[in-house]
Amino acid sequence: MTDSIVKITASPHVRSADSTIRIMWSVVISLVPVIAASIYFFGPSAIFVLLASVAGCLLTERLFGSTPGSLADGSAMITGLLLGLTLPPGFPLWMAFLGAGFGMAFGKIIFGGLGQNIFNPALVGRAFLQAAFPVAITTWPAKTQHWWTLQGDNFALPFMSPVVDAATAATPLGNLKFGDDPVVTPLLDLFMGTTGGSLGETSALLILLGGLYLAWRGHLNWHIPLSIFVSAFAVSGLFYTLGISQFPPMFMLLSGGMMLGAFYMATDMVTSPITNKGCWLFGFGIGFLVVVIRIWGGLPEGVMYAILLMNALVPFINRATQPRLFGTSGKKKEADNE
Amino acid sequence: MRTTTPSQDFIRGIWDENPVLVQMLGLCPALAVTNSVKNALAMSAATFFVICCSSVLVSSCKRFIPNEVRISAYILVIATFVTLADMLLQAYAPVQHKELGAFMALIVVNCMILGRQEAFASKNNPFRSLLDAVGTGIGFTIALLMMGGFREILGTGAFLEYSLFGPNFEPWVIMVLPAGGFLTLGFILLAMGYAEHRKKANEIVNEQVKTAL
Repeated sequence: MTDSIVKITASPHVRSADSTIRIMWSVVISLVPVIAASIYFFGPSAIFVLLASVAGCLLTERLFGSTPGSLADGSAMITGLLLGLTLPPGFPLWMAFLGAGFGMAFGKIIFGGLGQNIFNPALVGRAFLQAAFPVAITTWPAKTQHWWTLQGDNFALPFMSPVVDAATAATPLGNLKFGDDPVVTPLLDLFMGTTGGSLGETSALLILLGGLYLAWRGHLNWHIPLSIFVSAFAVSGLFYTLGISQFPPMFMLLSGGMMLGAFYMATDMVTSPITNKGCWLFGFGIGFLVVVIRIWGGLPEGVMYAILLMNALVPFINRATQPRLFGTSGKKKEADNE
Repeated sequence: MRTTTPSQDFIRGIWDENPVLVQMLGLCPALAVTNSVKNALAMSAATFFVICCSSVLVSSCKRFIPNEVRISAYILVIATFVTLADMLLQAYAPVQHKELGAFMALIVVNCMILGRQEAFASKNNPFRSLLDAVGTGIGFTIALLMMGGFREILGTGAFLEYSLFGPNFEPWVIMVLPAGGFLTLGFILLAMGYAEHRKKANEIVNEQVKTAL
């Protein structure tokens, strides 16, 4: 960066009202209904888990973020919210805080901060928590009688196991895959969000609304979620009709973290491909991997790993889908190699 | 040609040129068998034995080893001592031997040992080679104990199987898995890089202060 006040760049000059800050905060706004729903469904536990996760992200960014003012652009806030929304409501707060710090530090800051990261930081944090505390992160509490009761041992002491025994219930996905008498949860319940699950993944309707708002504002590339849904629907439909899997295609789309992942995690501008063609490839890959992991994997859910795996492939997708340079001969490649 | 003193030969390998943390050699055992302090200790002991014996032998026989086949000759020497260590461990600590499994035999291809033969033992007298090997072996032990301690404490809440935090400790399962090895090594290297960075920055400031005065 030069210190010159006047920045001279080559044309064309495009003016846009969008800035990192505006985009990030409109993502936060679009998450408000989802957050409200999680508080409505899971009570104060949801607030605590979200706060712990956001605090972990903000603190890490403040301590280790290299560029001054990187706290204000809201990206750390989003990472915290998104990570919090993928955690179960009864999750101990110290684990949420730790995962948020890990995700920020090793998913983002270590690569050089916003715009440099390969993987979605929120998912890096969650993958760490999944590997470190596999029991706590797959314990979903049953519906409590009163709204204000905690959903589990949120206030377990740091480094200590949760001790309060809450009644647990299976998520729709877990029930169908591992349950004693597997039931396909009614699609309406999945759509409205009156099922068990992680904080933000239950209500497909609200995520869809937030996602459409962002797509309308142009802050997310709608090709990505659409291609994920198309490929997940097609692949799971194929396996379902062949009788290989027990997941009906619509159930596949509405259950688990599919909606949240497709709209908010996979579309992360930094970690998704540049061209639309690349986005289709990326989305197809995610949809396919989700179905494969859900059917044959050891865990009921596969959205997180599917997105992280495809994140790793983004540089290759970008290279493969480079738009053709007009006005050059087809022999450019050979010239490059020499 | 040689510019180091015997004490430097000894000290160097312990920290300044630590085989694992600075030279990045012998990473395979450092990542694979450090999920508990006990395994790390057993591995360090075996490696220590092998590196000392082979350094002395290679250094004393260096006149008889033809230059063209020296690497194969080193490997042969090392493999002999690894077999010895393997059998000794199997005889006296069969449980530990089972824990280490294939990594015991893999000491043969530990680049740290081969590196010391090629870079030092083949050019120096047996006494100096022994000093150098002991220093490197201690450095290797320190690195493995650091990693093993970190991983065992976080991964099981215990040190040498002695529980530190009581039964309620929530183990970080990831730390005893292979991924934990990479994470731990990364953490340690990060901390060392940071310390080095700080040291250099301080030196620059000190110099500037000196010239300003």
